[in-house]
Amino acid sequence: MSLSLEEVKRIAHLARIEISDAEAVQTQGQLNDIFCLIEGMRAVDTEGIEPMSHAQDLMLRLREDAVTESDQHRLFQSVAPQVEGGLYLVPKVIE
Amino acid sequence: MINASLKELSAALATKRISSVELTSLFLDRIDKLNGELNAFITVDPDKSLTLAADADARIAKGDQAPLTGIPVAHKDIFCTKGWLTTCGSRMLANFTSPYSAHVIERFGAAGAVILGKTNMDEFAMGSSTETSFYGPVRNPWDRAFVPGGSSGGSACAVAARLAPAATATDTGGSIRQPAALTGITGLKPTYGVVSRYGMIAFASSLDQGGPMGRSAEDAAMLLNVMAGFDERDSTSLEREAEDYTRDLDRPWEGVSAGRPLSGLRIGIPKEHFGEGLSSDVAQTVDAAVAQFEKLGAKRVGISLPNSGLSVPAYYVIAPAEASSNLSRFDGVRYGYRASEYRDLLDMYCKTRAQGFGAEVKRRILIGTYVLSHGYYDAYYLKAQRIRRLIAQDFVEAFKQCDVVMGPISPTVAFRIGAKASDPVQMYLNDIYTIPANLAGLPGMSIPCGFGENNLPVGLHIVGNYFSEARMLAVAHQYQRATDWHRRMPAGV
Repeated sequence: MSLSLEEVKRIAHLARIEISDAEAVQTQGQLNDIFCLIEGMRAVDTEGIEPMSHAQDLMLRLREDAVTESDQHRLFQSVAPQVEGGLYLVPKVIE
Repeated sequence: MINASLKELSAALATKRISSVELTSLFLDRIDKLNGELNAFITVDPDKSLTLAADADARIAKGDQAPLTGIPVAHKDIFCTKGWLTTCGSRMLANFTSPYSAHVIERFGAAGAVILGKTNMDEFAMGSSTETSFYGPVRNPWDRAFVPGGSSGGSACAVAARLAPAATATDTGGSIRQPAALTGITGLKPTYGVVSRYGMIAFASSLDQGGPMGRSAEDAAMLLNVMAGFDERDSTSLEREAEDYTRDLDRPWEGVSAGRPLSGLRIGIPKEHFGEGLSSDVAQTVDAAVAQFEKLGAKRVGISLPNSGLSVPAYYVIAPAEASSNLSRFDGVRYGYRASEYRDLLDMYCKTRAQGFGAEVKRRILIGTYVLSHGYYDAYYLKAQRIRRLIAQDFVEAFKQCDVVMGPISPTVAFRIGAKASDPVQMYLNDIYTIPANLAGLPGMSIPCGFGENNLPVGLHIVGNYFSEARMLAVAHQYQRATDWHRRMPAGV
């Protein structure tokens, strides 16, 4: 398989990464090299093999439905690019 | 003092032959002198470190110290450290002073260890050479024209160059073991789930595992005693009884003679790890190391890991898929970098991420986004997960015939800075021997076992069964009692 330039741009858009035309061309070549490496796996017969999503077969732990966190919003928002009145500020979304 | 083991440092501190402030100052001075050239540290903050050292001295004066109290430890800049810049080697977090600490940092804090600084790394731990760091490449202390490996190249360099007695690191596809091998130190990636991932900036969550770097297996065991432990804030942290990882160091096997301490140990040698692609200098050095183990009483058993060759392709689907999801949190809203100019919200996201991430991180996000996108999920992601099970099963079969698996860590010794930087596929193939243990979730370690081309260090890979860290460390310790590769020190540091 081989990714087209349009596909590279579409993926970049899905990933929310701005990409220039020149970068897209360079990226296309590199991604195709990487997918060429990945292709090696696709010919293997894995019929009937259960996918392994994780290193350990674990059940998610449950805990009591209780408040365990204290309010630290001032501390956590101190590292945000823009806040006002306890809210994170972003460009206007709804007119 | 810079060559002392952690046990020796601990004894020197306990008997007041040296204070933690003196010891910490000694290493801070070395960092001051050598870091400009080696670039192992992103952040050092002598005032903070010396305050922690003074606290440790007070604790020692009261007589309530733990084994690592007062010992300075360098932390990979992937571990969130309250009040310290925590960059993960990225422009995206170049302004991020963490408001909280990772579990690993808390554990070292509770043990009274001193934070010596934050070490350089490949951006978001994506790389095998520490060249993708926003802060520039780390240099190999054995020869500064060469890479130290990666992604934990800063931690490895710091330990090898005696800028720190010990360091923390993380391993997703080999990021503890490969830099440990390339710089001639000892590094251990524990069984998945032994060390909490809380506050360890996520790359590929089903593979990421923190672990220690030190100059010997004994040091690594002491460090793992502090790092390991259940933490309810990590959903994959394992609820297990606390272990003393130093317990088997001097009695690895029942009923063995002093001259042959490893009698009965079966060492599996996977034929797939000694074939095409392995350079002859590394092959010879690793073979000589296994021969040394035979002298200590161990037996060589030929084994096969037939699906080993599929580990790189499967990894480069699974790890980027998980990374593309994990790194979606970096959007310029809650923390980290935000582009200075943008038209609207979407443009803010796109510009922030285009400017905040480096080329390798973007490549992996794009791969991950693609393999998880509509119509490709089954063909790539599910397929890779099926291959992952085949690779894990290979080890289940192997451990029926042997107690540990040994082989090379990396196909070659360290390569020159810049040699592979523009060829991602060549860079990825560096991790061909280390990735299988991550996919299976098994513990793996690297110990120095000699020198290859250009007089650069070679690492021996030891993979054990789940939760066999104490035994692996004991096996490595017996080797290190009989050899002195781990005591070699680079010239000019």
